[in-house]
Amino acid sequence: MAEKINKEKDCSTFGLRKINMIADKKNIAIPDFRHTAPVDQVGVEERASRFTKRSIKKETKLNGLLLALNMIDLTTLEGKDSDGKVKQLCYKAMHLHDAYPGLPTVAAICVYPSMVKVAKAALGDSGIKVAAVATAFPSGQSSRAVKLSDTRFALANGADEIDMVISRGKFLQGEYNYVFDEIAAIKDACGDTRLKVILETGELGTYDKVRKASEIAMYAGADFIKTSTGKISPAATMPVTLVMLEAIRDFYYATGKRIAMKPAGGISKSKLALYYLVMLNEVLGEAWMNNHWFRFGASSLANDILMQLEKERTGVYQSPNYFSID
Amino acid sequence: MIFWISLIITIKIERMSKAIKKNTIQLKFDSARVYEPALESKSAAKIKPVYDLFINGKFEKPLSKKYFNTINPASEEILSSVAMAGKADVNKAVLAARNAYERTWKKMPAAERAKYIYRIARMIQEKAREFAIIETLDGGKPIRESRDFDVPTAANHFFYYAGWADKLEYAFPNRKAMPLGVAGQIIPWNFPLLMAAWKIAPALATGNTVVLKPAETTPLTALKLAEIIQEADLPPGVVNIITGAGATGADMVNHPDINKIAFTGSTAVGKIIQRAIAGTNKKATLELGGKAANIIFDDAPLDQAVEGVINGIFFNQGHVCCAGSRLYVQESVYEQVIQKLKDRMETLIVGNPMDKNTDVGAINSREQLATIQRYIKLGNQEGAEMYQSACALPKKGFFCKPTIFTNVAQSNRIAQEEIFGPVLAIQSFRTDDEVIEKANNTAFGLSAGIWTDKGSKIFNLTSKMRAGVVWANTYNKFDPTSPFGGYKESGYGREGGLHGLFPYVKLV
Repeated sequence: MAEKINKEKDCSTFGLRKINMIADKKNIAIPDFRHTAPVDQVGVEERASRFTKRSIKKETKLNGLLLALNMIDLTTLEGKDSDGKVKQLCYKAMHLHDAYPGLPTVAAICVYPSMVKVAKAALGDSGIKVAAVATAFPSGQSSRAVKLSDTRFALANGADEIDMVISRGKFLQGEYNYVFDEIAAIKDACGDTRLKVILETGELGTYDKVRKASEIAMYAGADFIKTSTGKISPAATMPVTLVMLEAIRDFYYATGKRIAMKPAGGISKSKLALYYLVMLNEVLGEAWMNNHWFRFGASSLANDILMQLEKERTGVYQSPNYFSID
Repeated sequence: MIFWISLIITIKIERMSKAIKKNTIQLKFDSARVYEPALESKSAAKIKPVYDLFINGKFEKPLSKKYFNTINPASEEILSSVAMAGKADVNKAVLAARNAYERTWKKMPAAERAKYIYRIARMIQEKAREFAIIETLDGGKPIRESRDFDVPTAANHFFYYAGWADKLEYAFPNRKAMPLGVAGQIIPWNFPLLMAAWKIAPALATGNTVVLKPAETTPLTALKLAEIIQEADLPPGVVNIITGAGATGADMVNHPDINKIAFTGSTAVGKIIQRAIAGTNKKATLELGGKAANIIFDDAPLDQAVEGVINGIFFNQGHVCCAGSRLYVQESVYEQVIQKLKDRMETLIVGNPMDKNTDVGAINSREQLATIQRYIKLGNQEGAEMYQSACALPKKGFFCKPTIFTNVAQSNRIAQEEIFGPVLAIQSFRTDDEVIEKANNTAFGLSAGIWTDKGSKIFNLTSKMRAGVVWANTYNKFDPTSPFGGYKESGYGREGGLHGLFPYVKLV
């Protein structure tokens, strides 16, 4: 925010620009928490489990599996990631299982900033996006300057999407303005590049805090809100995702602006992915049922879906050995 | 003049922009209701073409020689033909119960009685799927509900009261709890098996014998229960299950050798029963109608409250005596709540009850559907604003769209009378005192719901509600350990829990 205000001063001589900036500033005020409804733990968990009572069969199942596959952010976020590993992953993203004709690709590859250039080159014009986790991922324990430069580095290498982490420590200290300003600053650096804001819900402790963090992120300019880094357990759960989807819905009704959702970590089975789609469909409706507005952050989900698709096609389950791991 | 015109124009423009805004900001849920059918299989349950009366441990042809059909309300197909018990049949059943009481059941050690009740509970669990299917076919409720709620809760009731059978001296310290004798039990069509369990389990645990009459439209699970009772080798006559309509029930109520009447059903019939048994020494428990208030305060967890409202009024198509059929919403969150409620209604799947994805099944009978439709018409005539979800209804069978009325006044009949269907009357309120007064301003007093995040408020307000059950931040939760029953025209006596033993004993 501080930087933003400086900018305003710099351009104060250009009348028009200044008006725009003020308008922008007005748009990104911190949310008024007096209007945020509390979340009842028992109730939200009960509702989330109700989605798992849906029985998804035949055509619905097939369409759901294909859609889920197309929503995956295929992820590798390890210290030992190398050019070779990332190239392999990119190839997998483009050719999930060539034995099955007509499969969609995944939505994106999610890597560290240092791997963006390799991934970009490997993916070429496949249409698969490259998402980079920036801002001192996964802990976020660094200075604003480092986070901004991390983000700019990823952008400069061609990242299509930035996945940032919020400062959970500051959030739990009650410094909501700090968290808000930080997200706004990163979004400012991103420009039109879509920003995913990772709340790391496993560290927040309550659903009320998840709701609050979701609102801070959305009002600060997030394009996506995302549950987890995948480095903390628990990662995404259905109730947490439900709380965030409801926050997105309320934000949409309040502002008319759509925000996308990305649960990440812990979703490795097709059946669970289908229940997430049921939940998405019943909370946000059909407009969100595509990979522009919803993603799964996952590494092993893709192969489980492929196994299910082959089972639907051939009638028998096949050994995991028939599906490439990378 | 110009002022007026400009004012009208501004209003028009405002309305238009509001409409546009409303139009653009509206979530679409058509896709949320479209799933491939996921039908439970009918063939997993055995339904006999004809059922006789279960008297003295055997299925016996009715002396009345009459039978009536029971149908599937979702398809209007005949499921089975069921005996119509006449006066002579009622006499026979009561005599069997009397003999079983005097000769075996009251003399049997309590721990032995418990074993039989446990056995029934276990056998219900073993045949859970069959029970669920029959309950859904005969009554129209979604298979998800009969599978996940009705059948397991019924089994739990038997388990719970089996435990009490040999511990009555701890239930009533320093007193001796003696059984009453023969209990005549008349149950409704909304939860056929569960209500049978509510009635039979405590009666047996306390050493009484039973003549039970299921409702005319839903006799099949009670008859299935009779088969289980036969298989469990319960001494003949301890439980007799006879089928019939209102006249059969009247014969039971008027029978001189019945010591206790337990009735669940409409307030009108409850009043008739009370008149009939006046001056006799029959004990009675009546669990009658309701018009429960569900109250949402502005500090409530709104999304969960909306889910509770949905569960409160659309569970079992609203055929629930404790249904939350009146909704009070604090004005500061009124619009938000209505929006959320409408969105949630759009995702409800109405249709074939045998489909595992169905949320709202078939209305129990043609007569009940006509009653509900009459009230919906009345609500519109009274000036309330109706909203129904966009779902399509099946062509055959008895179905009703989930319906809410806003702009309802306390004086409207749809806010005062029990509709017993998926119809919700919504009012707004401003202060706590106001809403308590309005919530209590009803002839009924069975249940209520309060939604607020503030614990102290819950304790303060629930004690002021004149209702037998008050749920806080949840709705329609049942447990065998918890007593259930009403105030005022919702009846008297409690069923379930320790309190549920009391109506079946005399303390000496």
